[in-house]
Amino acid sequence: MNWETVIGLEVHVQLATKTKIFSAASTAFGAEPNTQACEIDLAMPGTLPVVNKQAIDYAVMFGLAIDAEIGKTSVFERKNYFYPDLPKGYQTTQLEKPIVGAGVVDIVLDSGETKSIRIHHAHLEEDAGKSLHEGDFRSGVSGIDLNRAGTPLVEIVSEPDMSNAEEAVAFAKKLHSIVTSLGICDGEMSQGSMRFDVNISVRPQGETQLGTRTETKNLNSFKFMEDAIHLEVERQIDLLEEGGKIIQETRLYNGETRVARSMRSKEEANDYRYFPCPDLLPVVISDAQVEQLRTKLPELPDARQQRFIDQYDLSEYDADILSTQASMANYFEQTATQSKNAKLSANWVSGELIARLNAENLNIDQSPVSAEQLANLIVRIADNSISSKMAKQVFEGIWNGEGDADQIIEARGLKQVSDSGALESMVDEVLASNQAMVDDYINTDADKRKKKLGGFMGQIMKASKGQANPQQVSQILAKKLAELV
Amino acid sequence: MHNLTITELIDGLKNRVFSSTEITQHFLARIKNLDSEFNSLITLTENQALEAAKTADQQLAAGNAPELCGVPIVHKDIFCTEGVRTSCGSKMLDNFVPPYDATVVANFRNSGAVMLGKTNMDEFAMGSSNETSFYGPVKNPWSTDSVPGGSSGGSAAAIAARLAPGATATDTGGSIRQPAALCGITGLKPTYGRVSRWGMIAFASSLDQGGPMARTAEDCALLLNCMASYDDKDSTCIDRSVPNYSAHLGDSLKGLRIGIPKEYFSEGLNSGTEQAVRESLAEYEKLGAELVEISLPNTGLSVPAYYVIAPAEASANLSRFDGVRYGHRCDDPKDLEDLYRRTRAEGFGDEVQRRILIGTYCLSAGYYDAYYAKAQQVRQLIRQDFVQAFEKVDLIMGPTCPSPAFKFGAKGNDPVAMYLEDIYTISTNLAGLPGMSLPCGMVDNKPVGLQIIGNYFEEARMLNAAHQFQQVTDWHQLAPAGIES
Repeated sequence: MNWETVIGLEVHVQLATKTKIFSAASTAFGAEPNTQACEIDLAMPGTLPVVNKQAIDYAVMFGLAIDAEIGKTSVFERKNYFYPDLPKGYQTTQLEKPIVGAGVVDIVLDSGETKSIRIHHAHLEEDAGKSLHEGDFRSGVSGIDLNRAGTPLVEIVSEPDMSNAEEAVAFAKKLHSIVTSLGICDGEMSQGSMRFDVNISVRPQGETQLGTRTETKNLNSFKFMEDAIHLEVERQIDLLEEGGKIIQETRLYNGETRVARSMRSKEEANDYRYFPCPDLLPVVISDAQVEQLRTKLPELPDARQQRFIDQYDLSEYDADILSTQASMANYFEQTATQSKNAKLSANWVSGELIARLNAENLNIDQSPVSAEQLANLIVRIADNSISSKMAKQVFEGIWNGEGDADQIIEARGLKQVSDSGALESMVDEVLASNQAMVDDYINTDADKRKKKLGGFMGQIMKASKGQANPQQVSQILAKKLAELV
Repeated sequence: MHNLTITELIDGLKNRVFSSTEITQHFLARIKNLDSEFNSLITLTENQALEAAKTADQQLAAGNAPELCGVPIVHKDIFCTEGVRTSCGSKMLDNFVPPYDATVVANFRNSGAVMLGKTNMDEFAMGSSNETSFYGPVKNPWSTDSVPGGSSGGSAAAIAARLAPGATATDTGGSIRQPAALCGITGLKPTYGRVSRWGMIAFASSLDQGGPMARTAEDCALLLNCMASYDDKDSTCIDRSVPNYSAHLGDSLKGLRIGIPKEYFSEGLNSGTEQAVRESLAEYEKLGAELVEISLPNTGLSVPAYYVIAPAEASANLSRFDGVRYGHRCDDPKDLEDLYRRTRAEGFGDEVQRRILIGTYCLSAGYYDAYYAKAQQVRQLIRQDFVQAFEKVDLIMGPTCPSPAFKFGAKGNDPVAMYLEDIYTISTNLAGLPGMSLPCGMVDNKPVGLQIIGNYFEEARMLNAAHQFQQVTDWHQLAPAGIES
């Protein structure tokens, strides 16, 4: 039987506010446990939440970026359940009236085809703390770190519009690109700044009713998400083909062991008893506020890609690679502006630099080669000071902290010889010491002589230790040989 | 000295008739001598009080004394006090010492008031008789075999017994007005949002409101001047300037239109209480006011709506008491479930558990619309009743509660009979309106309260009407037998 996969995503995006959504405690990552939790985060008696206006603005900006309807009056609700890392015994979130309504995100597939993924809504909520366990179940100790409790999140809920892992990953990457371009999220996946819950179901090809779905929770890398989807789709198909039934359940995927397990079934699911939070007034956003935020929106990935194509004459492929991430785009533009050579900048950034960063698992902000350094290197390539082959050596030198392009070219003696007098004597020398080759050239039929040029070039470049400007050498050589014939 | 009003104490302090230290010592001695009989205080803060009195005396001597400088007061044990145990009348918080002051407490501190201690109350403010306190019931100084009312029974009894000239209290469904009525003192519940709820332990967030208690309306005005403030730590606090509530106490009542809701004089009202209230209304006519019969047709729905909304909010508000971070924790929990179950079963009394169960039930899937959503609609209808009434009248008056103080245990086995105790007071909380109670007669040697309900933010007009009544009557000057000496 042929099976069809249906995927919907719930994406938690941690907003890059300085303070928490309902308190003034810091949201900075990596502090000692419980040093960034104030009396509100601890849910001490009598404390009250006050909503962080920056979080509201960020959520609205996201809504505008995906062309969604902005909830003019959004309401915070209490989602009730007991857990030690949920201090109030309820999570403050939004349900009936979210801040962002329906919208659309376009993704580009490997085939080059564009697909629209509908967003059902996006809402604001607070994150919970973290439970930490040491030792085994019986003798171990559990601790609670409330530093993360109250960190503002936007939860983006998609429609089940994706039909395979590739689409889901493309969608996730696109959201990452949008929120980082907006500057509303730092995009640090390893720190949990973006987390994905994947709803997956399968059905026989052509069937219109959806199959029973499972939800794989808390995936924090694109790779894990891709693996988890493959694994779950396979599991569901195998199970159904064996005549089994899918149980609606929440599953956990371990990216290290690449194994998924059931966490709880729907029967065990909580009744969360949502109701509007009486400590918070409805969030009212005026048209004027929305318009003011719209003017503040930075350039979004799609617009940026088009601009790169138009302004820098890049290919769609290069423009895509360079425009997706705001920091990458900034790096490229700085390099292009300073080197005054967009084409070479695009080639170097999307080629050598990205390959090197990927190999060392670094992001563009961590690049040891600054945009200015790369621009200087490109200037030297463009003005023929060095060949592209030498440029790779210089790049390595910059990467390893040996200095700027000019310093390395100088220190390693890599400067290309373009002085025509020097080159002429070099050519003369090689011709003089290779009389046999010269004779052979002369005796060859005129229409086949071109093939023989390579031999001379090799000798000359070797003699110059590779520093001779090849274009100039080839011109001089052609002239000299013509004189001999 | 203990028979002096706050107004008279301030005069005496300013004119050096006595020092703050002297009156503080006097009230502390009275509490130590007499309160074993009434049980109106949970915690006596003797050292802090004497310390504060000393500071107040220095300020008074220096001539830079703030408004309430040197005046001793007591705080309901629902208001968090930095460094002083704040129990909310519950075993759950028997060991809880807040690291912060409630805004109300801070306002009084800044105003130079001297805190003598924390007053007894129904557990988590849930009760109308003070019988649910973990610290034992408060006894009514007028008749020690009768209840003082609740939940602010400790504050009311302390004032009636001349253990303090003024107190803070809170009112969710009548918890200021009903004990004020039963103890023969004056108490005011302000408009919702007038007094900050920061640091006031929540029972039902959309209904809770702090307010003052004293013997006279004039004193309540002084206390409210200090208590009311805009507070950006409470999102439901209304940003509106605080008038001088003492400024219009002397205004004439000529032409004042007083609405008399016919629903407040129906079945269930004690005939003696009715007579006392009617005679008071006649007094108002003599003062130049005009009595207008009005109808608040949805009054009968207020108790059922309240007993859905208040427990629903409470069920979530009290989830934070889980034994994890502060407060009571059961011994040797064998797992998380056991920790929650036993901590909460041991820490909460019966009435609190009953209301958590009611509230949880009302919010459950499948019941929400029938209960919580419906109750919110009823709340709108009740609000509409008042909005329409206030188009025709300036104030509304009637009994505060159906009968004078009842005997201990009289309604203990019948929660619904107890809930009906608040039938005349609950609708103002649902509507968010201000209400007050002042002594207006005696039945069987027990005080009767007259309730005054004002339009939103019309506390000054209510205080004016109450003060004028107290200029021509002496019910507020009566003291329980044995208290004078």
